[in-house]
Order: sequence, then structure tokens, then C-alpha cells
Amino acid sequence: MQLPKKDIILFSLLAALILIVFASQGSAYSVRVLAEASCYAILALGLSIQWGYAGLFNAGIMGFVALGGFITMLFSFPTNDDFWNTDLPGQLGGVGLKAILSVAIVYGLTQLKRLGVSKKIRLPVIIIASAILYLWVVTSLGPVAEAIESEAGFIGGLGLPVWVGWLVGGAIAGGIAYFIGHICLGLRSDYLAIATLGIAEIIKAFLKNADWLTRGTLTVSPLPWPVPQAGEIGFVAARASYLSLTAVLIAVIYFLLYRAYNAPWGRTMRAIRDNENSSAAMGKDINRRRLEVFILGSVLMGIGGAALVTFNGIFDPSGFLPLNHTFLVWVMVILGGAGNNKGTIFGAVFIYIIWTMSEPAALFMIDVARTLGDAWFGWQAPGDLDSRALQARVFVIGLIISLVLRYAPKGLFPEKVAHHA
Amino acid sequence: MNEFIFFFNSVIISGAVIGSIYAIGAIGVTLVFGILRFAHFAHADMMTLGAFLVLILTALFPAVGPAIGLPTAFVMMPVAMVATAFIAVGIDKMFYKKLRENNVKPVVMVMASVGVTLMLQGLIRFFAGTGTQSLYIDDRKAIFRIDLPFESASRNLVITEPQILLFVFLAFAVVSLHLFLNKSRLGKAMRAMSDNPDLAKVSGINTNTVVGVTWIIAGALACAAGTLLSLDVTLKPDLSFMILLPIFAAAIVGGVGHPYGALAGGFVVGMTETLAVFNWTFVLRPLEKAIPALDLPNTLAFVPTEYKITIPFFILLAILIWRPTGLFKGKII
Amino acid sequence: MALIECKNVHAGYGGMNILNGVNMAIESSEIGVIVGPNGAGKSTTLKAIFGLLTVSEGSIELRGDDISNLAPDKLVHKGMGFVPQEHNVFVSMTVEENLEMGAFIRRDDFSYMLERVYSFFPDLKDKRRQPAGELSGGQRQMVAMGRALMVEPSLLLLDEPTAGLSPLYMNEIFERVIAINESGVGVLMVEQNAKQALRIAHKGFVLAAGKNRFTDTGQNLLNDPEVAKSFLGG
Ligand SMILES: Nc1ncnc2c1ncn2[C@@H]1O[C@H](COP(=O)(O)OP(=O)(O)OP(=O)(O)O)[C@@H](O)[C@H]1O
Ligand SMILES: [Mg+2]
Repeated sequence: MQLPKKDIILFSLLAALILIVFASQGSAYSVRVLAEASCYAILALGLSIQWGYAGLFNAGIMGFVALGGFITMLFSFPTNDDFWNTDLPGQLGGVGLKAILSVAIVYGLTQLKRLGVSKKIRLPVIIIASAILYLWVVTSLGPVAEAIESEAGFIGGLGLPVWVGWLVGGAIAGGIAYFIGHICLGLRSDYLAIATLGIAEIIKAFLKNADWLTRGTLTVSPLPWPVPQAGEIGFVAARASYLSLTAVLIAVIYFLLYRAYNAPWGRTMRAIRDNENSSAAMGKDINRRRLEVFILGSVLMGIGGAALVTFNGIFDPSGFLPLNHTFLVWVMVILGGAGNNKGTIFGAVFIYIIWTMSEPAALFMIDVARTLGDAWFGWQAPGDLDSRALQARVFVIGLIISLVLRYAPKGLFPEKVAHHA
Repeated sequence: MNEFIFFFNSVIISGAVIGSIYAIGAIGVTLVFGILRFAHFAHADMMTLGAFLVLILTALFPAVGPAIGLPTAFVMMPVAMVATAFIAVGIDKMFYKKLRENNVKPVVMVMASVGVTLMLQGLIRFFAGTGTQSLYIDDRKAIFRIDLPFESASRNLVITEPQILLFVFLAFAVVSLHLFLNKSRLGKAMRAMSDNPDLAKVSGINTNTVVGVTWIIAGALACAAGTLLSLDVTLKPDLSFMILLPIFAAAIVGGVGHPYGALAGGFVVGMTETLAVFNWTFVLRPLEKAIPALDLPNTLAFVPTEYKITIPFFILLAILIWRPTGLFKGKII
Repeated sequence: MALIECKNVHAGYGGMNILNGVNMAIESSEIGVIVGPNGAGKSTTLKAIFGLLTVSEGSIELRGDDISNLAPDKLVHKGMGFVPQEHNVFVSMTVEENLEMGAFIRRDDFSYMLERVYSFFPDLKDKRRQPAGELSGGQRQMVAMGRALMVEPSLLLLDEPTAGLSPLYMNEIFERVIAINESGVGVLMVEQNAKQALRIAHKGFVLAAGKNRFTDTGQNLLNDPEVAKSFLGG
């Protein structure tokens, strides 16, 4: 495989940037940045295939990240004896049974048509029954949840190996993607964007408020790692082994995507992307392919989110932000080149380094402004200036998106688009 | 009786208030949808921007309102509406126009509007901070308690001055928009372009003018929606996506490109939201006396307030499943 | 000087050329008819003339002025009207509103023009308050032509005005086209009903694969055995 000259130059620049970070910030910090960047690269690969292969606008990456993080916390965090040694698990199971029973009843009601009950009667019956059953389940969950919170804090984890959490996290993210995609993919492309935006906020709201399950704003830490942690082998070594793990993961994903891309599946995908009109003749098949890509991308986001949260060692539902976990990934992908996996990985590492560096830079600049403003004009800076300064980064992300779309819509590593017109 | 008044205050009035705000926002979104054919993600931050401009004007001239007898912010709103309209036109020129001329896919326009919304968010929060602010600076919110002429009614009907102003503004805006779209040359051109953009071009309609008018209306309405919302509660600079979702839901429920649909959609979403978080225990208490077996929990709401955001989302999903064109048959799906 | 003249026009959609050298010219008193097989580039020619596509080579002149690549609304100002093949009415707007949209660029009182269109197409007068989407195919075609006439153009481009109409309606439309032409409007029209159309044509152009195959008077083309064999169905 021959790398074009431009690619060599860009990757050399990236290597130089990484060296500068190492030289100026020390290796513990630099390896941390790289490990986080590698987690972002997994997210970015997920988005890159959704947007680059199928033109799907996912505005809810944050939701999949949060979900992946939550599932991995639930599976890998040690079990909570305060919970398991009481009768709370039994009560919780009771609520679960009630929920299953309710679903069964509603399902049974939908089958009333076999008994010849007319739709006019069926529909109100189903709606009223669902509402009552829903309230029944929710009101019986309330006291149990409260009891769990007061007696045990939260239900704790399952104490399983970390990788189980990552896999299940990816699977559940894929399940949610199926649910959303199934509804939205046949419709206008904007609707998917709106729906994903919504599901992300809902997932976050749920994780933030279901204290019995997630400890909510109290956060859960320290999360176990799939590799030895800093306490055992030191910061640099621990982070480096984590980085090697994610790097292997990326290599595997990269290889699988490469294979799929050049298989018949990938060819169909590209045909759909490049020439939607003429392949529209294939009809429903397009939506099926799109759904597959959407699910696959979301699975990667779930896994990437799990990896990211695990690395941070803390599950904090309020820490999931559209800016950091959705739009930052967008910038990585469109700058790198949507649909081009090499470009996407480049974009992820490059943007993440710039992103981490921009925080101290913004604070430094504000500090200078404050000092000078005070010295020269006797300006009294507002107290929350620091938090405001960080908002400047929101502006910059938005600006980069606008500029890239306008001046380099294909990114730094353009994906070759065939014209079979 | 008291239960009924309680219900009226906390469901009918609250639902109508939030419904009106969604409606004003959704009309703008639906017009942009119809003319420019993409979901404008920056609409919510345009609302915040409008409200923020009003806040600045109110801080500059705090005495104007009391002199007239209206909240200062409301008096300043028309000025800010003009300003927001111009900003909307400017944003279009800077960030959307070139993409449109390059005939990009609608979803790229959506992406561009996300870029714009982030820039607006950054700017607003940089200058306004992230804390909530009140639009009442030198004046206070007037609250009207209306005594009802029934013996059994010890509670009052409660409605605030900004809520009345909101209803008045909504009626005014809808009537003006109706007259504009059906009687004026430009308004008809807008409908034509939403109906069939290519034919509009061929008929000699200057599409740039129509796009400009669309942004003027959308910007002005966004400013009004943001201001009236902030007058009713407070100005929250970080509302953004939280308010965007119900507005999109309202526009899609009404059928995109359909202003009256957006109006109806706004009320559907607003009312449903309010009903869903309403605590039914209070109105059901009398029943408990009648049927002692009934043991009502302290809160009996369909959805806890923290999960309010799920309501517009599920309305959205439901409409996309059963009637993607919306209740009033939108033109584009 | 010709009313409209295409000189060696090359044009297409996004890079690929569909037209590879189209030449045609008609005078203001004439009806020109373009015929040819499906996909020959007939509609593409009209779109290129009306500024809806980029002309990459050659030129289009209106009374000697180069109008290649001018925007459609500019062309309307120059006195041209275009009725596309499909989607040629505003379905959600009433008949009268459709006509008003045709007169969008006029700032004067154009009510006399409305009356004139209604006298041309009496069917429309009763339906003036009805949404155009509720009309029959033939009535829609009339609305579309009426819309284009509102600016009193000197040149009217029609893309298959009789597509899908019954023979009776077809003749009625052709009569209207003749009447429009006699009122001083040059007409350039694409037609599938080639024989009938060439009968009323002063000039005929047979297009195939994006090029003129035959160019002559309508009568001569009808009489040409080769044209008859390959393009008029025997
Ligand atoms: N919007 C478009 N994008 C790309 N190619 C197009 C487009 N419209 C038409 N074409 C292609 O241009 C060629 C000529 O099309 P055109 O519509 O000019 O044919 P026509 O002669 O009008 O045929 P018909 O008699 O069927 O109307 C066709 O091969 C068609 O596939
Ligand atoms: Mg054609």
C-alpha cells in the first residue's frame, strides 16, 4: 500500500505534535491524552461509518457514550453487599415481575382482535390499561428505589470482568440504535438527527436521576480497569498498557471495517451513498443497509464510550455533555474525512490534543486579560470568568464545523467518491 | 371545586403558556423547514439570543416600562425582534448561503446549523454567563388572582401579566402571519416556494428575497418566543437542546412547512407535557374520601418532572410511526 | 435577427454533458417544435435555455444578446416564460394565486392579464378559487401556461404541454398554442405527439443523443421519409 505524499506529511505533523506534548507536559500526562484520544478514535470510527458510508446524522453520540459507560459500570463495579444482603433485591425483583406482568397483559389486550373485539373498543381499553399498569409499576418502584437509596446507596455492580461490560455496552447501544433507526430511517434525514438528539438527552436524564441504579450526581468510582492500574505499576505504565489495549481494539476495528468495506456489503453501501437516486430502485433494501450501518456505528460508540468511562475511572452522569461527547466527535470526523478510517483516526488524535491544550490556553488568556484589564483600566472581572472562558471553546468548535463544511467539506483525507452517472 | 381550579391553574393555564411558546418557536422552525428544507438546529439558541438582547436593552433603559405600565422587557421586545431578524439574515449570508448555492444535501445544512448553534451558545454564555437571569430589573411581575363567584371555591384563578401578554402576542402574530401569507405578494411567494421551489424560480420569484423574508420572520419570532419564555420564568442561557426538542416535535406534529399545524402542534406538545407531569393525587383526594380502600400515593404523576424531556420525544416518535406527514399533512417528509 | 438562437450548446447535470452541440433558432412569429426519442435531451435543452443548467460550451442568444447561464428570474424579466414538463403548478395554491405568482415580477396592475388568461382558458375562470392540485391534468396544463403568460412574454418555452391528455384536450391545447403565437409570442415547444405538433410548427428540430439530427420546417420534416421512419413511427 502506497501512502500518498500528503498523508505522510500530515501524519508526520501529527507525530511532531505528539512529541511536543511529550516534551512539554511529561509522559504521564501525554499518555493519558493519547489513551483518551484512542477512546475518542473508536467513537469517531463509529460516527465516520454512519456519516461517511450512509450519510446518517447522529446528533446523540453522547447518549451512546453514556450508555456504554453505564453498562460497563453496572457489570464491572464490585457487588454491593449492603444491597444484596437485604431483602431489597427481592423487592426489586417483585417490581420487575410486575413490569413483566404488565407487558404481558397489554400484549394480551392487543390480541383481543382474535376474539372479534372491534378496534373502537380495543384501542381505548389498551390505552387505559397501559396507563393504569404503567402507574402501578412506577408507583411500586418508587418506594423500593427510595429504600435502596437510603439503605444501600445504590445497587452496585455485578463484579464481572470489564470486557463483558464493554461488549454488553456496545450491544445495548446497538439495540437502542435499532429502535431509533427502525422508526426514522425511512424518513427525511433530519428526523434521525432530531430523534438521536432526543434519545441522548433522555438517556442522560435517566442516568442522572435514577440514583438507585447509578448514584446519580454522587458518581461511582473507582471503576476497575481491564489492565493493571496505577496503584500497582505506576501511572505511565498503567496508562500505557491501557493505551495498548485500546490501540489493539482500534486495529481490530480498522481491519474489520476494511474487510467489510471491500466486501459486497461495502460496495452496496458505497453505491447507495454515491448515487442514491439510481440505487433507490433497490427500494427497501437501502433502508435495511442504512439500519445496519447505523447499528454498527452505534455499537462502536457504545464500546468507545465504555472504554472512555473506564479509563476516566469514574461514572458521572452529569459529566456527559453534547459538546464533549457529540460535537467534538463530529469535528474529528468531518475534519479527518468522513468515511475514511485513516483520516478519522488522524482527526480524533489531532483534535483531541488540540482540545485538551485549548483549556489551559483559554484560561491562560483570560488570566492575562484579567491582569492587564485590572492593571490598565482597573477592570473588575466577573467572578465566573473562568467558566465563561471555557465557553469560548464551544464557539471554536462551532466555527470549525462551519469552516470545514464550507471550505473543506471532504476533510483532510477525502474519501474517493465514484461517479457512475 | 377547588380541585378543579387547581387543575385549571396548573394544567390549562400552564399548558397553554408553554404551548404558546412552543407554537411561536415551531412556526419559525416550520417556515424555515418549508422554504429552506432543513431542520434548523440553531433556532433554540436564536431564541436565547433574542431574550439576551432584550435583557441588555432592559438593563440600559429600565425606566421605560414603568412609565408605560408594561414590563420593560416586553416594551423592548420589538426592538430586539428587529435586531434578531437582522442577525438571522446575517447568519444565513455567512454560513448557509454558499452551501445552498453548492446544492449540498439537506443534512449538511443541518450540520451547518449545528455549527451555528454552537457558536451562538459559546458567545451567549461567554457574555451572559451560564446562570439564570431575570428580565425584570426595575419592575416586578404582576400577578392577578381572580376570585371566582362560587361558594365552594376558596382558591383563586391565577394568571400573571407576562402570560396575558404572551396570549395577546400569539394571537397578534398568528393573525398577522395569516394575512401576510395569504394577502401579500411576498407572503404568497413564500408559500409558492415552499410548495415548489423550482417552479418558483422559473416564475421569476427572486428566491433570495423569499429566503431573506423567511429568516426575518423566523428570527423575529424566535426572539419573541425566547423573551416571552424568559418573562414567564427566567432567562436560562443553557436551555438550547432542551427547548429545541419540543419545538421540533411541535413542528413535525403539525406537519412541516405548515404554520397552522405548528400552532396546533405547539399546544399539543405543551398540553401533553403539562398533563404528564401533573400530580393527579391532588385532584383525586376527594375520591379517596368516598372510597376509603383507595390508597393514593403522595405523587401520582405519569412522568416525574426530571423526565419531562421524554414527552416531546415520545410524541415525536409516535407521530413518525403513525403519521410522518403530521396531523395536518405537511408538504415534505 | 432570430428571437432565440442556440449555437452549439453543450450542457448537462453535474459534470456529465447531456447536450453535445444543439443548434436551433426561431423568429418571433414562429412556433418551433422539438421532437425526439425519450432521453434525447429535449427537456434538458429547454432547461439549459432557461438557465436551470450550466451551459459549458456554445451560447444562447435572445435577440442577439447572450443569455447563457443567466438566472431564471433574470430571463423572466427579459420576457421569457417556461412551462416545465412536470410539477408545473403550485398544487397548494389556488388557480388565481398560481397566475399571480406568474406575475410576481410585475409591479403594475395586471388584472387585465388575469382576464385575458381566463378568456384564453375559460375552464379556469370557474375554478379560480380552487387549489391547482385539485384540477385535472389538462386544466393544470392550462394553469401552467396561463402562469407563464402573465408576464406577457415574447418567448414561451413549453415542455410537452399535451403529455397524458386525451386527443380532444390535445387539440384544444394546440389551438391555444397557435392563438398565443398569433398574438405575437414566439413558442418553442417539446412534443411527443410529433406528427400533430410538426403540423402546426414553422420550424422543427429532431433531437437524438443530445444533438440535432434534422432541422427543417415542420412540413418538410413531416414529409421526409427518413424522419418519418425513425422518429415519427412510420
Ligand atoms: N436531474 C437530472 N440529473 C441527471 N441526469 C438527468 C437529469 N434529468 C435528466 N437527466 C438525464 O439527461 C438525459 C436527457 O434527459 P431529458 O429529460 O432531457 O430527456 P427528454 O428528451 O426530455 O426525454 P422525455 O421525452 O422522456 O421527456 C437522460 O439520459 C436523463 O437520464
Ligand atoms: Mg422531457
